Formats: sequence, structure tokens, C-alpha cells
Amino acid sequence: MRLRLVPQETNFDFFRFRKVTFGGSVVAVIASIVLWLTMGLNFGIDFLGGTTIRTESRVEVNVGAYRDALQPLNLGDVSITEVFDPTFADDQNVAMVRIQAQDGAESVTPEVIATVEDALRMVDPAITFPSVESVGPKVSGELVTTALIALAAAMAAMLFYIWLRFEWQFAVGAVAALVHDVVLTIGIFSLLQIRFDLATIAALLTVLGYSINDTVVLFDRLRENLIKYKKTPLMEVMNRSTNETLSRTLMTSGTTIVALLALIILGGDVIRGFVFAILWGVIVGTYSSVYVAKNVVLMLGINRDPKKPDSGAGTQFGNIDA
Amino acid sequence: MLDIPLWKKVLILGICAAGLLMALPNANYSNVERYNDAVSAMEGGITSPELEADAALWPSMLPSNLMNLGLDLRGGAHLLAEVQVEDVYGSRMDGYWPAVRDALREERATVGTIRRQPGPDSELRVRISQPEGMEAAVAAVRALAQPIATFTGVGSSDIEVSSAGDVLTVQLSEAERAATDDRTMQQSLEIIRRRVDEAGTREPTIQRQGADRILIQVPGIGSAQELKSLIGTTAKLTFHPVVGQTSNPNARLDGRQILVPDMDDAGTFYILEQTPVVTGDDLVDSQPAFDQNGLPAVTFRFNGAGARDFGIYTAENIGSPFAIVLDDEVVTAPVIQSAIPGGTGQITGNFDVTESTQLSILLRAGALPAEMTFLEERTIGPELGQDSIDAGRIAASIAMAGVVVFMIASYGLFGVFATVALLINVALIVGILSLIGGTLTLPGIAGIVLTVGMAVDANVLVFERIREELRTAKGPARAIQLGYERALSAIVDANLTTFIIAVILFVLGSGPVRGFSVTLGIGIITSVFTALFVTRVFVVMWFERRRPKTLEV
Repeated sequence: MRLRLVPQETNFDFFRFRKVTFGGSVVAVIASIVLWLTMGLNFGIDFLGGTTIRTESRVEVNVGAYRDALQPLNLGDVSITEVFDPTFADDQNVAMVRIQAQDGAESVTPEVIATVEDALRMVDPAITFPSVESVGPKVSGELVTTALIALAAAMAAMLFYIWLRFEWQFAVGAVAALVHDVVLTIGIFSLLQIRFDLATIAALLTVLGYSINDTVVLFDRLRENLIKYKKTPLMEVMNRSTNETLSRTLMTSGTTIVALLALIILGGDVIRGFVFAILWGVIVGTYSSVYVAKNVVLMLGINRDPKKPDSGAGTQFGNIDA
Repeated sequence: MLDIPLWKKVLILGICAAGLLMALPNANYSNVERYNDAVSAMEGGITSPELEADAALWPSMLPSNLMNLGLDLRGGAHLLAEVQVEDVYGSRMDGYWPAVRDALREERATVGTIRRQPGPDSELRVRISQPEGMEAAVAAVRALAQPIATFTGVGSSDIEVSSAGDVLTVQLSEAERAATDDRTMQQSLEIIRRRVDEAGTREPTIQRQGADRILIQVPGIGSAQELKSLIGTTAKLTFHPVVGQTSNPNARLDGRQILVPDMDDAGTFYILEQTPVVTGDDLVDSQPAFDQNGLPAVTFRFNGAGARDFGIYTAENIGSPFAIVLDDEVVTAPVIQSAIPGGTGQITGNFDVTESTQLSILLRAGALPAEMTFLEERTIGPELGQDSIDAGRIAASIAMAGVVVFMIASYGLFGVFATVALLINVALIVGILSLIGGTLTLPGIAGIVLTVGMAVDANVLVFERIREELRTAKGPARAIQLGYERALSAIVDANLTTFIIAVILFVLGSGPVRGFSVTLGIGIITSVFTALFVTRVFVVMWFERRRPKTLEV
């Protein structure tokens, strides 16, 4: 008996609730942007500059005592959070102390780190500092720029590649799906205030890679079926293509999600944010391939007779609907 | 139809075997590491029973290349330093002063007397007493200019000479600055490398980044602070004529004079001539030693030019003091007893033995040509790295098991083929990383786990396609063939796009992100290879043996 995620032949109408699903996506994108603008992202030191110190001790973490110890040092914005993780041993108590970039300092400030460590040792003599990271404001600004360039470059490369291999409508659809995925990931990071750092950018790019992978598989089948069923309306061909690849889509997402779940639960707290971004992106990316990319292509229409000049988006769409 | 030529089968399985073999050392990481250290030490001519024992830990006929573990896994320190390349311009201009002076002296009849004026470090300003002779002065100094030999600076000369009123200004040309910056960076890199190597740490990364930055990553070192004290001390040694001694930190200085504090005595300052007699650049050797009173000291020896300058100066100035300045502090300011012609000397100060040894190492390695500021520093403790490795290992195993169960439950025997291919895939990633000396970082582990999840994608595409082709009932052999053929375009497009992203990450990323992009990129190549070739060989071999009439995928 084989495990079948979907029956052998499916005939779902993926466009039946097109207005709801596509509308839902549009609403989600807008909501994400609103969240992003109102709540803001919890940028890590990679982007803001500053110092994070990871502390570890056998004694329970007393956030209040830490805060009191650091208060007199006048370091500006200091945040202390206790870290919990199923992989920690029973007597492993971990906290993250984050200190903002000190005013007027171009580079990192080792003296500040030393005083903070001394102050924390006064509270808990057994405390150790497994990692201390410090980024000067000069670099962090550049890191933001590089990150944005990386994202833009990736999108542009995808747009170009798909345009080359398929039609421009596909390229626009695929990139619309990518923007959707990235924005939704940024939205959830704003909502849950998960730390957003360089690794998150890497995760976003991975999500781009995964999402495009998924979209391309769908498009590939669509391209094949468009040649096979020349007279069938575009929407029907799309539906057929999606049904044909549905089993594969769920299978691949399934294995990837299984792998990522293992990593998110057991992989330790250091990379949890990174893995979460990828996991979320995989889920959103799978959805967007089916519901965003193809809806956009459907709206733009495809010129299915190469001899005729492209009759433009609106009319093509009208023909199908009629 | 389904036949794969024998040579192809042998080649494909051979690549798999080679991958497994290359990955093997990583299964026994710590032992192989000790073996590698022992072997390289013994090649250097050192032997000891411990080394021999370590060298026996791993058979020498097997490959012994290991993946490097990134700082986040091994622990260590990471520094991003910015070199203040402009620092060098000042000493370059100082270097020009004697030549400019001599050239202008020859023109004394027209330019009159000359005097060096204070100004920014990057400019050499000279006042002449007869402004009407300025043209001749400018021409004389211009004659000193050298053409630049670098590729980009062809046709330009190294200095620019301008004049305003009675002041003649010499500064480095744009092209020469670029060339100087480049030299400064090369020199800094080389010196940092030597200093880090002297400390004997394993596989440090010392890289130039951009125009004026250096990335230094040293695994296994206790903290970024420790690393900084190892490389950050400039150890700039200079010998200056002493003008006077004072206890006033705000003492008034004449034009080309500097006030330098004493190293040991907090309230004492020396007024020195700014232009040194000799600098540490002319130093060829330095050793820890003891002075005649049995106190720790450091000896030094100059090269030919340094020895000559030092000899002439000491001969001319017997009875007057000169200062030995190290990193802007006066170590000692002895009175010259006699001319020192041989170019050797001794620095005595308040050292203990460790300090004198350290100082001699720093002097020997050479001075950093310019100061560095640190833009980024990270310390990761070894325990945290080990925790991450352990967590990653468990997570990867569970992920693998989950995927395997999923695949076998869905595709039966074909799922088993895919599983074996998946194991080979992971071995290939590890093997290639070891072969190219790639670095495994924490996000890199995540990259492998992600690849495990996604690697089955290509297999899934093929298997699903075979299922579809079976439905149109063309017979199993034809279905398998068509399955592979028709799934190809989707596999290629899907993986190429992801590969493009990996390349972008590699080009624009740094540190752990770059490590991740490498594993992702390699993972894409190996997963396509295993899906299109390895699984196919398995399927075909199985099919040839069994010749099933029906096929269930």
C-alpha cells in the first residue's frame, strides 16, 4: 500500500475561488507591509551595529539582576532576553544581552564589552560568555545595502532567466510570486519580532530559490500542455497542469518541510530564526506558485499563436472569461 | 532503449565511490585532524613519539582532506579591520624630504634659503626665501619625479608639485596614492599573516576585502581581544634625535617637532625631531637578549642603508641623546657614547623576558605600515560551536530519516533507490567540500538539511512522470525512458534558477552566508547528478535483471 498524498487523478478547480485566493494574497501582502511599517523589523546588530553577548551559567538567569547591573553603565538601549531551547541541558541557562551601537563610535568598542562582562560577573561569578559579537555602525550600513542589492539582483536574475526560457508573462508572474513570498516573510518577522539579520537575508534568498523552483516546475508543465492542447482555454490548461503536478508539489514540499521541522526543533536556538524563515517561505512559496504566479499569468494572458502579434493583456483575458 | 553503456555505468558509480571515499575522513574528524597535524609537523623535520602515534591514527593511503569547520562551529575569533592607508603618505613625504632639500640646495643661487614648513602629513611644504625663483624650484623638484610602473598609472609620475606664493608643495599624485594604498594593503596582509602564523594557530583566514579592509578569522583562539593584541600592535620602531625633555604635556613645539611620552615614566615627555634618523623598515633582525647588567633587552640589526644612516648620525652626534620610539612611546633615550658603524644595537628598557621576546617577534615580523581600526569583531566559544555541531548532526539524521520514510512509503522500491541516491548525495557534498577545502558553517549545515529535503525533488519529478506515462500504457521500459526524458526540462530549469541564487549569495555574501551558498550550490549539482544518473543506473540495473511486465512506482 503506497502513501498517496493526493488521489491518482485529481481535478480540482484551482481558479474557482480565484478572487478569494488572489484577493487573500493581496490583502496578506498589504497587511505585511503595514506591519512592517508600523511595528518595524527587529534588526540584529548586523544591520544596526552594536554588540550581542551570549551568556551561559549554571545558575538561573535573573534578567532583573542583569538589568540592574548594567543600568549604571549608561549604555543606552540594552535588551536582555533569556533563551530557552529543548536542546539545552538542565543546568544550562542562556541569555542574550544586546547593547546598541555607542554614539560617536565608528568602530567597535572593546572597552564597553569588557565593562559589561565585568558587571555581569559581579552578579553571577560562574557566568561564561560563549559568544560576543560586535559590529561597528560603518559596516552595518554597508551590510544593509549589500543585502538589498543581493535581493534585487536575485529577482532581476530570475526575471531575466524565466523571460529567456518562457514568455515575459511567466517572468512577471514568477517575480510577482517571489515578491509575495519575500514580503510575507518580512511581515511575519515584523509580527513576531524575530531577529532580522544577515542570516535572515540568506534565508530570504533561499526562499526565493525554493519558490522559483516550484513555480518553474508548474510553468514547465503549463508550457508543455499549451502545445498539447492548442484549442483549450488557458484557464483549463492551467488547471490541468496544476492537477498534474499537484502530487509532486505536495511531495517535495512535504519532504522539505519534514527536514526543516527536524532542524527547527532540534537544530538549536542559534539558527532557529534562519530555519523558521525558510520553513515559512517554503509554505508560502508553495502556495504562491499555485495561487499567485498563475493568476498573474492568467491576467496578463498568453499569446498562443506566435504568428499573430501579441494582442495585449486585457483582451486575451476577456476572451477566456467569455 | 533503457541501455546505459557500461563505461557510463562505471563512470557514474566510480564518481559515487570517489565521493564516498573523499567524505570518509570526516566521519573520524578529530583523529584525521591530529593525523594531518602530525604529518605536516613531521614533514617539517620534527619527530616525537606522540607525533608518530598520531600519524598512525589514519591509514596514509586513504584521502585525508577534511572540510574546514567555520568559526561558528569550531569557535574562534573574527575581525574586520580597516587599514588607515593615508597614514603612509606622511612617511612617504618624509622620505622625499632629503632629496627635495638636496635638489633645492643646488639651486640656492636662484631660490635662496629653504625651510620645511609644518602642514598636513600628506604634503611636503617648503618655503623659499626668494619667491621669484619659484619656477626654477618647481622645475628642480619636478625633476625628481619618477614615472609610475603600475598598470593603471601608466604615463603619470609619482609626485605633484605646486606652488603658492613662496611656499612649494609636494604631494603624491592620484595614481601614486592608489599604488601606495595597494602596497600598504599587501604589506599589512603579509605582516598579519606572519604574526598569526607565529602564534601557530590552525587554518587562519586572512583576506583582503574591498579597497582597504582585511578580514581575519582565526579558529581556536580564545577571543577577538587576544587576536587583536596579536596583530594590532603596530610595533613601529623609529630612532629620533632628541631636542629636549619636559614634564609639560602641552609643551610648545617648533615646526617639525613632536612630543612623545615616556613608556615607563608617566610624567616625562620628550621633544623629538619629527623626521626619524632610521626606522624599523631598515631592520633585518631582532633577538631577545640580556644587557650587561643581566636585564632583558632586545638586540637589532639594520640593513646596509639603515646601518649607514645610523653610523653617520651617531658619528656626528656623539654626546647628544637620541630616542628609541616604539608605537609613539619612548622606550629609552640613551646618550650616544660613540659612533655605531656596524648597524647593530640593543634596546634596554623596563622589560621582563616575555616582553622582550614578544617585542623581538614583533620587530622581526616588521611594523604594520599603517594603523588599523576594527569595524567588526566576533568571538565564538568552542563549546557553543560543539553544541551547534551536535544539534545539527541530530537534526540532519532525523530529517534524513523522515524523508526516507516518506519516500519509501510513497514510491516503494523506487523510493529505496532514491534513498540510496540521497545518502550518496550527502556523501558527495561532504566529499566535494573536503576536496576543495570548503568551509562548513552553521547555515551550511542548514543548507545540507535543506538540500536533503529538496534533493528528492528531482527524483519525485521523474517518478511522478513515470507514473503518468504508465497510465498511458506504453509498457514499463518506455514509461521509464519517457519519464526521465520529459522530466528533464523541469529539473534543469528549476535547479538552474536555484543555482543562480546560490551564485548571487556567494558573490554578495560574506562569512557564514557565503558558506551556506557554497553548500547550497554544491548540493544542487550533486542532487541533479544523483537524480538523473545515479538513481537511473539503479533503476535500469534493476529493470534489466527483473524485466517486470508491470511496474508500480
